Amino acid sequence: MDPTSTKTVPLEIHDLTVAYHNKPVLYGIDAVIPEGKLVGIIGPNGAGKSTLIKAIMGLVPIEAGWVKLFGSDRKSKLKRVAYVPQRESVDWDFPVNVLDVVLMGRYGKLGLIRRPSKEDRAIAWSCLEKVNLTPYADRQISNLSGGQQQRVFLARALAQESDLYLMDEPFAGVDAATEASIIELLHTLRAEGKTIMVVHHDLPTARNYFDMLMLLNMRLVGLGPTSEMFTYEKLQKTYGGRLTILSEVADAVRQTHS
Amino acid sequence: MRCGKPIPDTMLGRSIITILAVALNALMMLQLHAERIGQSVDIHPLDQLRRFVALEDPALRFALAGGLILGLLCGLMGSFLVVRKLSLVGDTISHAVLPGVAAGFLWNMEKDPVAILIGATTAGLLGMVLVTQLTRRTRLKEDTAMGMVLAGFFGIGICMMGMIQRLPTGSKSGIDKFLFGQAASLGWGDIQLMSVVGLLVLILILTFYKELLTTSFDPQFSGSIQIPVHTIEHGFMLLLAFAIVISLEAVGVVLVSAMLIIPAATAYLLCDRMHWMLFWACLIGMIAGAGGAFFSFLGQKLPTGPFMVLSASGLFALALAFAPRQGLVSRWWARHARSSRIRRENALKSIFHVLEKEHFAREGVTLIDLAHSRSQTLHETEKTCRELTRAGLASIAHEEKAVYLTPEGMRRAQTIVRNHRLWERYLTDAANYRPDHVHDDAEEIEHVLGEATVRMLERQLNFVDRDPHGKPIPSIQDISGQPKNRNPDGMTGYHTPS
Repeated sequence: MDPTSTKTVPLEIHDLTVAYHNKPVLYGIDAVIPEGKLVGIIGPNGAGKSTLIKAIMGLVPIEAGWVKLFGSDRKSKLKRVAYVPQRESVDWDFPVNVLDVVLMGRYGKLGLIRRPSKEDRAIAWSCLEKVNLTPYADRQISNLSGGQQQRVFLARALAQESDLYLMDEPFAGVDAATEASIIELLHTLRAEGKTIMVVHHDLPTARNYFDMLMLLNMRLVGLGPTSEMFTYEKLQKTYGGRLTILSEVADAVRQTHS
Repeated sequence: MRCGKPIPDTMLGRSIITILAVALNALMMLQLHAERIGQSVDIHPLDQLRRFVALEDPALRFALAGGLILGLLCGLMGSFLVVRKLSLVGDTISHAVLPGVAAGFLWNMEKDPVAILIGATTAGLLGMVLVTQLTRRTRLKEDTAMGMVLAGFFGIGICMMGMIQRLPTGSKSGIDKFLFGQAASLGWGDIQLMSVVGLLVLILILTFYKELLTTSFDPQFSGSIQIPVHTIEHGFMLLLAFAIVISLEAVGVVLVSAMLIIPAATAYLLCDRMHWMLFWACLIGMIAGAGGAFFSFLGQKLPTGPFMVLSASGLFALALAFAPRQGLVSRWWARHARSSRIRRENALKSIFHVLEKEHFAREGVTLIDLAHSRSQTLHETEKTCRELTRAGLASIAHEEKAVYLTPEGMRRAQTIVRNHRLWERYLTDAANYRPDHVHDDAEEIEHVLGEATVRMLERQLNFVDRDPHGKPIPSIQDISGQPKNRNPDGMTGYHTPS
């Protein structure tokens, strides 16, 4: 797990502890994520997967430990990180259209007060093209399917032109075709040398989608190449005694070895 | 609200009746109060109207300016309140400011706008802090905390105002105007203060529009791109308190939240983008503000607030009824147009079926045959045919008691039959339905299939020409009138596809 010395490490977490209302959610997480990897964050409900991402972004207060981005202090490099929140976290009846939302991806680069320029609009448009949503650019966002809404969020993240992407359940509630197109998009990003961390719920697909897995259940259970992490023992440790999930795990592991 | 349940039509009727009743009451009140304090000469409403339009009265000019500034401010702030789902916050702050208004008055025993502004803003913010603390430190939820603070502060305010009224100078203070608003009592000082605050709010909202928009839509994302979410939020609350306080004298404590919410809610129904919503909310707010000042003036110093809210509600009712897509009338009209189109198409189809049964040997269909095939009375059939005639799809030959399709009518009839039979075929071939299960489904689908879908079906089904029951499916050549082959009988009606 040594980071290669020549490249800057996009994300390094040391002894990270996060608590909500004095109730710890994450304990002493250590992690080093190398550049250009597609990393799946896996764990049961309430394991703190979303909290980990929010803590990295500074959206929830950190109790102890630290987060380094691209080898230096977190705050100074946040502009190189794009965050994709869960789709349910916003009101889709909000009076904005698709292009408006994608354009918001440019706001971080613009800073306070400055208005988006023609160039920003062109970038937003090209990001819409990458997720095949240009025909919907003028639509109010409630007139979209779940998969399309998720792609709007992805396009907004693309518009940030970041080097590290943190995505909270981008596959939740999307159809199979959208899931495939999102995975293709993530592979394109990886080919460009970007690092991507994805909170993921579905065990069987996790095996195929990701280069590395981060197994999380309030503590870090494991972090490493998918082949090393996707074992019965590791997954059992992550999911504890939850029987239904365990059988799912067993199935998934069996499929790997068949 | 936008995509929610459709509002039942009865509600429209009820709301219109309510509004009419309220308007009628207001008119009666105008009659009763058509008397001016200190001079008992009746002033004709028309005369009042002339005076309003001419703007002779300085008090009237102030009232109108106040109403316009108030409408603009409330529209701006209210739009963000509505999209942030904070509508109740406006209500809480506006009621919580009342003790501050009274305290501001007690400061130097006169209606000093600046003292009242400071007192009221402090009280309003204190109320909001209390709500936040109650929510954070106890298990009470936000709506409960707001309800308590709203009522508690308002009660204290009413007590303090009662005390002021009893003071020797109190009865002349005009402090009672803060309850329901009296635009006519606005002075030059008030207008100056309103303009300054109004301009400040306008400039700040335009400057930080991008940040306000993003934090309203997605606070988590905004935090991730380092927009100072909390600062923006607190700044917004401070502006809101200012806006409420300077609107108080014109519209009153009780109803200022209505001026925040109703114009914004109306705009929300009318448009799909935030900047348009702001524009419409301001426009509607200003119309309502000016309208309130006008009605209050017509009625000789009636409280302004209720009239402003009445005007705003009237505009809301109009939007509810006539908004291009969400409006009840527009939706009713769309539904009506659709159902009469389906009725016409079904009649065309029946005529086609009768013609087809006779192998297109005749040019027209007798009304009796048609009525028989549709299991209708002759009278009903004639009515439907008259409808077709009006739409230019058929003509009735009265002496023969028969109906003839026009070329356009024939084209439409073929289109519908084609849709129906292609869909039946699609269900049996592609979805494995049994032939006796497809008719009812096709009866619905035939009216909504677009040309693009039909062409796709045709291609997928390899241009079949028979439906599952063996009846011919009219092709595009049949419909566009390019004959493939002539009917052997030499009739000029529809020819049987090979």
